[in-house]
Amino acid sequence: MVPIVTMGTIKTHMDSNIIEVKNLTKKFGEFVAVDDISFDVKHGEIFAFLGPNGAGKSTTIKMLTTVLHPTSGHITLDGKSPTHNEDEVRKTFGIVFQDPSLDDELTAYENMYFHGVLYGVDKKILKAKIQQLMEFVELWNRKDSLVKEFSGGMKRRLEIARGLLHHPKILFLDEPTIGLDPQTRNHLWTYIEQLNKQDGLTVFLTTHYMEEAEKVANRIAIIDHGQIVAQGTSAELKAQTNTTNLEDAFLNLTGRDMRVEDASSLDHMRSAMQRRRGGR
Amino acid sequence: MSTIYIMWLRQIKRYLRSKSRIIGSLGQPILYLFALGYGLGQVFASAGQGNYIQFLAPGIIAMSVLFTSMFNGVEMIWDRQFGFLKETMVAPVSRFNIMFGRVLGGATVATMQGLLVFVLSFAAGFRLHIHHAFWLLLLGLVFTFLIALLFTTLGTAIASMLTDFQGFQLIMSFVVMPTYFLSGAIFPLTNLPKVMSIITKIDPLTYGVDGLRGTLIAANHFPLHLDVLILVVLSLILLALGSYLFSLIEI
Repeated sequence: MVPIVTMGTIKTHMDSNIIEVKNLTKKFGEFVAVDDISFDVKHGEIFAFLGPNGAGKSTTIKMLTTVLHPTSGHITLDGKSPTHNEDEVRKTFGIVFQDPSLDDELTAYENMYFHGVLYGVDKKILKAKIQQLMEFVELWNRKDSLVKEFSGGMKRRLEIARGLLHHPKILFLDEPTIGLDPQTRNHLWTYIEQLNKQDGLTVFLTTHYMEEAEKVANRIAIIDHGQIVAQGTSAELKAQTNTTNLEDAFLNLTGRDMRVEDASSLDHMRSAMQRRRGGR
Repeated sequence: MSTIYIMWLRQIKRYLRSKSRIIGSLGQPILYLFALGYGLGQVFASAGQGNYIQFLAPGIIAMSVLFTSMFNGVEMIWDRQFGFLKETMVAPVSRFNIMFGRVLGGATVATMQGLLVFVLSFAAGFRLHIHHAFWLLLLGLVFTFLIALLFTTLGTAIASMLTDFQGFQLIMSFVVMPTYFLSGAIFPLTNLPKVMSIITKIDPLTYGVDGLRGTLIAANHFPLHLDVLILVVLSLILLALGSYLFSLIEI
């Protein structure tokens, strides 16, 4: 089968890092959303970034993908800095946001085409590339339908195809399977594993479905209250917490309290005090 | 260049696909043309001001361009809420080009809307002079586009500062409606009370309406080159301000 994303030599330096994050911090006023985190993602790896609501996952993704500037710390994506080489970095990744980001009033094909033009994909290969990717996510026969007629799962598939159109080296997936039925979820992960295995695409994902992370991710980092509380393979995390599945390991590491996404300043204060007392 | 084009194209496609929006936004100008035109026509004529429909039509064209372009600018809030803005924000292209393409698209759409109202005004009894010069009509089109450009940019600049629809009604009440009513779109600028005269001179739409009146019925209050100059300079200032505000957007 023809590779979906052609990336040449990536397999040869599998062991080097494609994402490096050192002492990354983001503050919103007094509130520390991301607190001095460091981690690496290797070329060709599927890396899962897990954490309860409001833990700092999306803030971290936003900093990695150039839309938010860090308060301090260093990030490199494929050797380039998202703060200093914005456009270079933007070409290296594709992203599927947590919320839909398609234009509902345009057709599926137009959404793909507009993306191709924005990313400067060579006009000569653009049409063939769009067809290949839309066939891959099984939407080619619906190419002329307006996106507003699509179901949630179809929109997600289109977003994945779109995110791959400009040959990214890294694909960011921010809770890609939220609200989808098990069939569609299963399909999506099949696509993603296929891209990863065949083409060496690096995947950085967040999800709340622990069994999905356990199944697909090579390595996992768990973030809570802006800090990384553990990282390693699923097996390592389970061993570390003496648990038999990732969900238990996750609950063990992050506690059983429910979280509020947009916590009030009082909540921030409370949790900060709790952390100081070591009462996790 | 291709970024500007694709963002422009997007606005055009969206406009042409929303038939209900096109037809819906013609309702108001038609109502104004007929209700005001025939309601106040007698008073206007007996005050020695001539045919009110002739006077009113350029004002109503300017009004529909104002409404459409402000709406197109402010529509960016929808993009932010429904996510498409994010797609453009992570693309490796300059934010100015994204904003400028969007503004040009919105302005083109508003110009088309203005042309539709121009055609409809004939149904209300508006007539061009039989020897009307063609270049004046073209200049009228330029004025229509300048009004559209100015207010699409203003709408986009305002939308860059808003994150939800809550502010939309505020913009309608405190920006769009005053701009329309205080522009001389529905009344002559001569013999106004002092305060009113000053306010109309501050209102940018005044110069757009005046330009259209000059090119369509040869009844401008200010010199046409002054109208063009003011509209162009204001558009450029707003474009600079708007692209600055747009560059600050975080998603």
